[in-house]
Amino acid sequence: MKRYIAKRVGFAAISLVLLSVTIFLLVRLTGDPTVLLVEPGASQADLEAVRKQFGLDRPLWVQYGHFVSSLVRGDLGHSFYYRTPVLELYLSRLPSSLLLASAAMAFSLLIGIPTGIIAAVRVNQWWDSAGKVFALLGLSLPSFWVGLLLILFFSVYLGWLPSSGSGTAAHLLMPAFALGWYFAAAHMRLTRSSMLDVLGSEYVKLARLKGLPEALVIGKHAFKNALIPVLTLAGINLVIMVNVAVVVETVFAWPGIGRLLYEGIAFRDFPIVQATVILNGAMVVIVSLLVDILYAVIDPRIRLAR
Amino acid sequence: MNGSRSAALTVAWRVASFASFRTEGFPLIPMAILGVLIFAAVFANVLAPHDPEVGNLGERFRPPAWQQGGSEKFLLGSDHLGRDVLSRLIFGARISIVVGFTAVVVAGLLGTGLGILSGFLGGWVDQVIMRVTDAWLALPALTFAIFLAAVVGPSAMNIVIILGLAYWTRYARVIRGEVLSLKERDYVRLAIVAGCSKRTIMKRHILPNVLNSAIVLGTLMLGVVVVTEAALSFLGLGVPPPQPAWGLMLADGKKGMMAGYWWLTVLPGCCIMFMVLSANLLGDWLRVKLDPQLRQL
Repeated sequence: MKRYIAKRVGFAAISLVLLSVTIFLLVRLTGDPTVLLVEPGASQADLEAVRKQFGLDRPLWVQYGHFVSSLVRGDLGHSFYYRTPVLELYLSRLPSSLLLASAAMAFSLLIGIPTGIIAAVRVNQWWDSAGKVFALLGLSLPSFWVGLLLILFFSVYLGWLPSSGSGTAAHLLMPAFALGWYFAAAHMRLTRSSMLDVLGSEYVKLARLKGLPEALVIGKHAFKNALIPVLTLAGINLVIMVNVAVVVETVFAWPGIGRLLYEGIAFRDFPIVQATVILNGAMVVIVSLLVDILYAVIDPRIRLAR
Repeated sequence: MNGSRSAALTVAWRVASFASFRTEGFPLIPMAILGVLIFAAVFANVLAPHDPEVGNLGERFRPPAWQQGGSEKFLLGSDHLGRDVLSRLIFGARISIVVGFTAVVVAGLLGTGLGILSGFLGGWVDQVIMRVTDAWLALPALTFAIFLAAVVGPSAMNIVIILGLAYWTRYARVIRGEVLSLKERDYVRLAIVAGCSKRTIMKRHILPNVLNSAIVLGTLMLGVVVVTEAALSFLGLGVPPPQPAWGLMLADGKKGMMAGYWWLTVLPGCCIMFMVLSANLLGDWLRVKLDPQLRQL
């Protein structure tokens, strides 16, 4: 167990280092980073000053050391537009992002798990086919378009829901649906396939042989084990939702991290873009590490297999 | 070697690439849709009734022909600059298809190449490539693409490179797994014993056997890439205006949405949906047809 955790932590650390190297190199090698780091329209003297200040005239490895040490100190630079440290901005937007992701997650699980179970229990029947069509549509409709269609229908034609902003539950409804739509389909498919695996296993056959009612076999014996992979995926997907929410947040003017990233792009505010991407990546690495460890704690097969 | 992967990310990735929709028989409808889109893209100059980039400000927000106030001149209406929506959709198909296909090929070449190297050579090469793959997979492709686009600036060429860089990891993972099992086959062992160079074995014996998987993956990836391209264009990081990318049309269409100009929002989205839907259906069909092993993916 300890060995497993140590190994996982090691790999997560390597991922974080490679992530920082990738981002560092991409910025330096694709052009003059000075242009990205000063405000648009700065004079030649300003450019020189910034180049000196950030040590951009020094060798790459010295620059990388500089880059990492400021990352570790939590110094991610200042926003040109807001005139505040980027880390503060990020943290102030984090709660709304998490709220939106949680609502979308709740929605996707509420839809995905029951439909997945029905599809597995009635495999190859009408319900299953309906589930497949739903899964395919979930994959094929871009979330931002779903969002736009929702606004068109519920805000413009019916006038029931506010088209943008945040604050009330009514504001949350449409963005959560648009964001959760794709994930509902993903969770449905995983529930279906993992439920099918479990239903074919020996202990479920035994439960049936014992003469347990079908509802009990499915609801109690099969469901619990089928849920493990779905909840694992949901853990990772919550962070991925925070990441991919950028388009949905832009559509609904939702004040989360995605919106911050969009503003960073629109106002050519590079420190915001860089910090958001680094922090989002770190969040994915850390959460998948936690999920892996939790998974091993719950399921001894995982840690013993390695 | 498998143990070195993050179990959670593997599950997440497997689900992202797994589609349970299987079509029996020839996929006529998706082929027809893709055919129409490709036809429109190739003959855009002939088919489009108007110039897609030049509008007439006197004819802004004209509704489609069948609606009150619509005219034969703009069959599917006009946008906020008085440009013909139909012409823009037709030229948009060209951008989507060219960018989509080339990006899939770029990602496929990079990922398949690295996957073969990683799986066949093993050792530290494998370790390095797989660690980089894991690190890149940690960042959701959309975030990564947004970051790259913000660094290098928008153009059609850059978008292709960005999407290629964002998606090669998917190929590398699958192809490496296939190569690991191919490596144990008798004919590969025989080639090693016979003294073939590593290069020859990879080119002659490994590559042809992973091509099917690469093609299936590529078809499934086409849908993902087209959606990402549309998302980037929507955020203003894709093909620069006034070029008529579908994602860009959606972003422009948002301006007229509150006034009820539905055609600017509904129509470009429908095009994206049809393209992605048919790519997914075709990919599933190919998966079953070409590669029984990939069925369990």
